[in-house]
Amino acid sequence: MLWLDCPRCGRRPLDEFTFGGERRPTPDSITDPDERDFDEVWIFENPDGVTTERWFHSAGCRRWLTVRRDTSADVVVEVS
Amino acid sequence: MSAYTDTLPAIRWPDAPKSAYDVVIVGGGGHGLSTAYYLATRHGITNVAVLEADYIASGNTGRNTTIIRANYGIPEAIRFYQHSLEMYQALEDETGAEILHQTKGIFWVAHTEMAMRTERARALMNTACGAKTFMVSPVELKELVPQVDLTGGGRYPVLGASHHVEAATARHDRVAWAYAAGASQRGVHVLQHTPVTGLLRDGDRVVGVETPNGPIAAGVVLSAVGGRITRMAAHAGVRLPVRTHPLHAFVTNDYAQGFGPILASTELACYVSQTERGQMLIGAEFDSQPSYSRQSSFAALRSYSYKITRLLPFLRDLRILRTWAGICDISADYSPIMGATGVDGFLVTTGWGTWGFKAIPAGGEGMAELIATGKPSALIAPFGLDRFRRDHVLADQGSAGTR
Repeated sequence: MLWLDCPRCGRRPLDEFTFGGERRPTPDSITDPDERDFDEVWIFENPDGVTTERWFHSAGCRRWLTVRRDTSADVVVEVS
Repeated sequence: MSAYTDTLPAIRWPDAPKSAYDVVIVGGGGHGLSTAYYLATRHGITNVAVLEADYIASGNTGRNTTIIRANYGIPEAIRFYQHSLEMYQALEDETGAEILHQTKGIFWVAHTEMAMRTERARALMNTACGAKTFMVSPVELKELVPQVDLTGGGRYPVLGASHHVEAATARHDRVAWAYAAGASQRGVHVLQHTPVTGLLRDGDRVVGVETPNGPIAAGVVLSAVGGRITRMAAHAGVRLPVRTHPLHAFVTNDYAQGFGPILASTELACYVSQTERGQMLIGAEFDSQPSYSRQSSFAALRSYSYKITRLLPFLRDLRILRTWAGICDISADYSPIMGATGVDGFLVTTGWGTWGFKAIPAGGEGMAELIATGKPSALIAPFGLDRFRRDHVLADQGSAGTR
């Protein structure tokens, strides 16, 4: 993975971007807040396959992108 | 036969797996094999199988930069790694196998006042906990390592360094073979090309493993997997604070003059040593984004080729001979995770990130004692998975030598 296609700036080298971590699904209930908070802070899904994550175009438009990436080969599937 | 091959340890390979063992260890890397070795030698438990998906030491054990050091940032870690470093010093005598252990000393270079403060604090903490570390001035460093450019190419000036005198290197695959030989000669089954595809459950308990050749029952299953730990733990319903990142390293062609010590810099996120064949071995930076790709990344090679040639200009005349990557389990606090998982019959030794090779003896000894006695030793107890629930995390990113 060397490049990312920023929807605003076009194809830019990966060095311009900052990895922002996995995008977590919004919890649908707050009935078990301790467990949810523990997961939120410590646990990573760390999947071997396609995952959704956040990237920050820190040396470009300075907007957050949502990237779908296949972690088994480290290739970008979709940027939005 | 040369002297080198004469000292190769003889591994006894079993014909076929049994249908049940007291202990099944998943992963035939350093940690899996050393745990099996200490189970057999210290606790007399030999009804043990080590299942390796590929060949032994094919994962991170054979992909690291073979540095053994104990200069960490927190007392728990320093004591643990110092014990491991001392076990490495005695490992050739203990196993009778030659692992090409060489004490070299590591210089940890600081380029900013902030880094100097960190190194001074670390040197005091290390020495207090038993890992001898002293500060050296730029002049002293130049005397001891004449190849270093103290101006850092004008960009990374050297303000000083900490010198951890007992740091060493050893031949990584030989360490795995030494443990595999010692364990197999005492009856442990080391089975290569035996991937574990699932875990057998009985209610909440883990009672064995699934392999393509059928199930194998086990009293205890220890996952010593590197890289695929998230998937392995998920088979037992265990979720871990671990992300998997590829880490890159390379060797150059031979440097005829000899380069005695190990040189490292936190700010440059790289470390250099010379292999016993004379090649310069340079690592290691991991990708910011997690992945399971073992492809060497051009971006990483470019980045640390640039940085390390500022510090050691002679490296410009060498060529990169070979590059590789390993996939490292980086835990949320940059310290390993050893012990119980909350699921009966299922233990882990994971989160070995970029610091696993140096911990092979002490990690294996600790896990073997835990399996044999049911209680973690004082040395490994702080590294339990429950530390994240107790808010007793062991944050030690600065000592990883990478970022």
